[in-house]
Amino acid sequence: MSSPCSILECGTTDDRHFEMDDYAGTVARWCPGCGDHAILTAVHRLLANGQMKPENTVFVSGIGCSSRFPHYVETYGFHGIHGRALPIATGVKLSRPELDVFVTMGDGDCCSIGAGHWIHAIRYNIDMTVLLLDNNIYGLTKKQTSPTTPQGLITNTQTKGSFLPPLDPLQTTLGVTNASFVAQTADWMPSHLAATLQAAKEHKGFSFVRILQRCPVFTPDVFTDAIKDPDVTDLLTHDDGIHDATAERIYKSHLFHDPSDITEARRLAEGDRTRVGLFFRDESFPRYEDLRAVPKRTPEEKIAFINAELDRHAV
Amino acid sequence: MSSNSQQDQVSALSSSTAANVQTLPEHIFEIVSDSGEGAQKCGQSFGAVSAKMGNGAWTVEIIPAEIQPPPRSPGGASGVRIRIGTEKITNWGNKTKLVIAFNEQVLLARHRQDAIADDATILLENMWEEHDDPTIRQQWADAMEELSSKNYNIMKVPMEVECLKIVDNPRRGKNMYALGLMSWIYTRDVEKVKAQIAMQFRHKSQDVYERNVRLLEAGMKWAEENMSFQIDVPCKEVTEELVVMNGNTAIGMGAVVAGLEMCSMYPITPATSVSHYLSEIYDDLGGIVHQAEDEIAAIGVAIGASFAGKVAFTVTSGPGMALKTEFIGLAVMTETPLVIVDVQRGGPSTGLPTKVEQSDLLSTLYGMPGDAPKVVLAPSTLEECFHCMVTARRIAEAFRMVVVVLTDANLATGVQPFVRPELDAGWHAPELDLSPVAEGAKPMDWDPETGLSPRIVPGQKGGEFTATGLAHSQSSCVTYDPALNQHSSEMRSRKLAVLQSTLSPPEVCGPDSNDLLLVGWGSTRGAIEEAAEKARAKGLGVSSLNLTFLSPLEPGITEILKRFKKVMAIEINYSDDPDAPYITEENRRRGQLTTLLRATTLVDIDCWTRVLGQPLSPGDIIDVIEKKLSEETKA
Repeated sequence: MSSPCSILECGTTDDRHFEMDDYAGTVARWCPGCGDHAILTAVHRLLANGQMKPENTVFVSGIGCSSRFPHYVETYGFHGIHGRALPIATGVKLSRPELDVFVTMGDGDCCSIGAGHWIHAIRYNIDMTVLLLDNNIYGLTKKQTSPTTPQGLITNTQTKGSFLPPLDPLQTTLGVTNASFVAQTADWMPSHLAATLQAAKEHKGFSFVRILQRCPVFTPDVFTDAIKDPDVTDLLTHDDGIHDATAERIYKSHLFHDPSDITEARRLAEGDRTRVGLFFRDESFPRYEDLRAVPKRTPEEKIAFINAELDRHAV
Repeated sequence: MSSNSQQDQVSALSSSTAANVQTLPEHIFEIVSDSGEGAQKCGQSFGAVSAKMGNGAWTVEIIPAEIQPPPRSPGGASGVRIRIGTEKITNWGNKTKLVIAFNEQVLLARHRQDAIADDATILLENMWEEHDDPTIRQQWADAMEELSSKNYNIMKVPMEVECLKIVDNPRRGKNMYALGLMSWIYTRDVEKVKAQIAMQFRHKSQDVYERNVRLLEAGMKWAEENMSFQIDVPCKEVTEELVVMNGNTAIGMGAVVAGLEMCSMYPITPATSVSHYLSEIYDDLGGIVHQAEDEIAAIGVAIGASFAGKVAFTVTSGPGMALKTEFIGLAVMTETPLVIVDVQRGGPSTGLPTKVEQSDLLSTLYGMPGDAPKVVLAPSTLEECFHCMVTARRIAEAFRMVVVVLTDANLATGVQPFVRPELDAGWHAPELDLSPVAEGAKPMDWDPETGLSPRIVPGQKGGEFTATGLAHSQSSCVTYDPALNQHSSEMRSRKLAVLQSTLSPPEVCGPDSNDLLLVGWGSTRGAIEEAAEKARAKGLGVSSLNLTFLSPLEPGITEILKRFKKVMAIEINYSDDPDAPYITEENRRRGQLTTLLRATTLVDIDCWTRVLGQPLSPGDIIDVIEKKLSEETKA
């Protein structure tokens, strides 16, 4: 390898152009009809639209169907362990803030085994785009109840129907101190999904997007109403919100919501209606990586400092 | 129980100078108080002054597990043992010869632990004897009764009364008064003591400094007027530049010069103070101490940072190691360089949080699912705590491996002067190389011979890959291919053998072949070597061997062990007593290094181990040596 180039140089002298296909990794092996395919396509498009440099982009995931995501994106990636995508992503971004970091998690990954990390990552508010691919079920391990499984749905671990009402990831996220970007969209709303991902990527801070995602094998019916009848979905609209003319045409129930209003955002997250759009955004919240920014020191500078420390401890 | 040789030396050398000054080659004393009365601070100051004057010194903290245990309770005894000598001191020795105690209950704690020599002098705060509270008066009387089983020379000192002349609250000041007592008894250089106080209170006002000096002088004055003897442990001229610090500070400094730029941790005793020290200095040095939300996240963040190009480290103790297990496996599988410092404490479970143990060796080596080869190092001195961080970072990076540094509570809080390291910029991690990777380069491009592969990091054009904990190919693509899984396992393992080929055989301390070899690892080294040396002085055929590398083991160990008639491992972990009910040769559970070495070398190694929550004493090891050698003559 030749001499190290600075990040600045890598960023400037670049006449490459990337098409969507350039971001395609290995062939996705999700089931036919899985909502993840649509999300993957939207992400490929997002990367191409932004002409994001593959070498400076990192996708991090945990374990589950959706966590195969990094393998299907031709950037750097880290397919980690169950529930722990966010700590890995935190480490990447803290040590290399210049990298663009994306995280994909499933509902079991994020809201169950990784719930502790989820809450704290929201609070750190590190600049990363976090996608919760929520199919309301454990897919890879074959149909066990997840925290977001609808009450009463029969699964292999709760065979008389899931016992508890589901946890709402939006309410949880909006309840955490320092939450700075919270949106919801769905895999069957391609243009809205694309617009939401774009807004999430542009947000400086921890952008949390819950994507309602179909699992044709284990939860084929949980989103049927929302898919078949546009009237059961409320579209959040605002000048500062997500703009998608197609969705605005199809989904007639518009809710005018100012995304700077957290109290209203929390109220909208409650209730039985499916609501998509931007619930909350505030870029003024502190970002952990900014608070922790440290100067670059040469080995010689460090040695001089430690020598002074040794003087202090000298006999 | 303890060796008499020390006492022989004492009597030979004593009373050689002025009538009331006993000149001794070494001395052990303790200062014990309720938690929060500053005994540890006072002891550490004294140890530092002694080192600066040219004494060998070793201090060990006596720490209760609670922050504010009830006052005047044996369980709350907090303090420090200090052993000073003319020569280098490597361990805490046997029993203490002098104790300064702030109340009779904390004194009882040390008495009950059999830590005090029969003829010890005890300077005891006298305010409790005639206290207003009859319960306390009764406790005092009961304690005196209990203590009378030994020939202690108990001197009652009016610490409270004297301190009240200077400060309103003697709880914050008695320790300086005690420092004065000690300074007079041990003929310390007063100017050096004052300089130490000045350094300790450098962030406080001149007024605070002066008040503490008055307390010091009051202590010295009382001792001068009331003590019948002084102790002179002759100092040697300090020829080498020395530094004095505890093991956790040494690890923090070592991490900086090694070029480690992130310490991702979660608070756990006794590891946390590494991060306390680093938090003071790291930001200015381009480093981050990240206090994560839990132990699991702590290692996850470190792995993320290492994956992104910088080798990071995490510090923890046994329970934290248990929680980090799955992530350690991920780092092994993805060949992400990582340094983990495990400051071992008593276990299992929460165990003895503040006390020393060496019980994490086997769980570190084998305590996770699947085959997860990793490097394990054990520094045995405070100096090695410093240097091992450089070694660990280098190995982690060159071999793309997890390197676990096993220290323990004894090294973490022990203070000892050691040769000042001559810092070298070459110890520092190389600059991040973000140049494009060569066409066709693979992220897991294992050399079939060595298993080694160059690391590719984000930012390098053309190197894009997804690290994965799933079985994977050279391209880091998920694979279920049977032969490839066999091969990748082999490649990850081979690196240990390659590392071993770069190591030298360990050096035997004492004759190369002998009747008995003592084998140990980590912080017990000083006590084991001192015991073997004293046993040799008695004419016994004992040598000792300390192992720094536990995985891979240093080469040539089998050959070394076979040169001895008997081999015995000495460890601070649990093993069954061979004479206990139900215990047979076959079912006996042995010490952890013992088990490892028996499996590796097929040598019939015996062991003597203890889990008393305290460092080993040379005297106890000498008893073990004598018993083991007498067994041999019987056979």
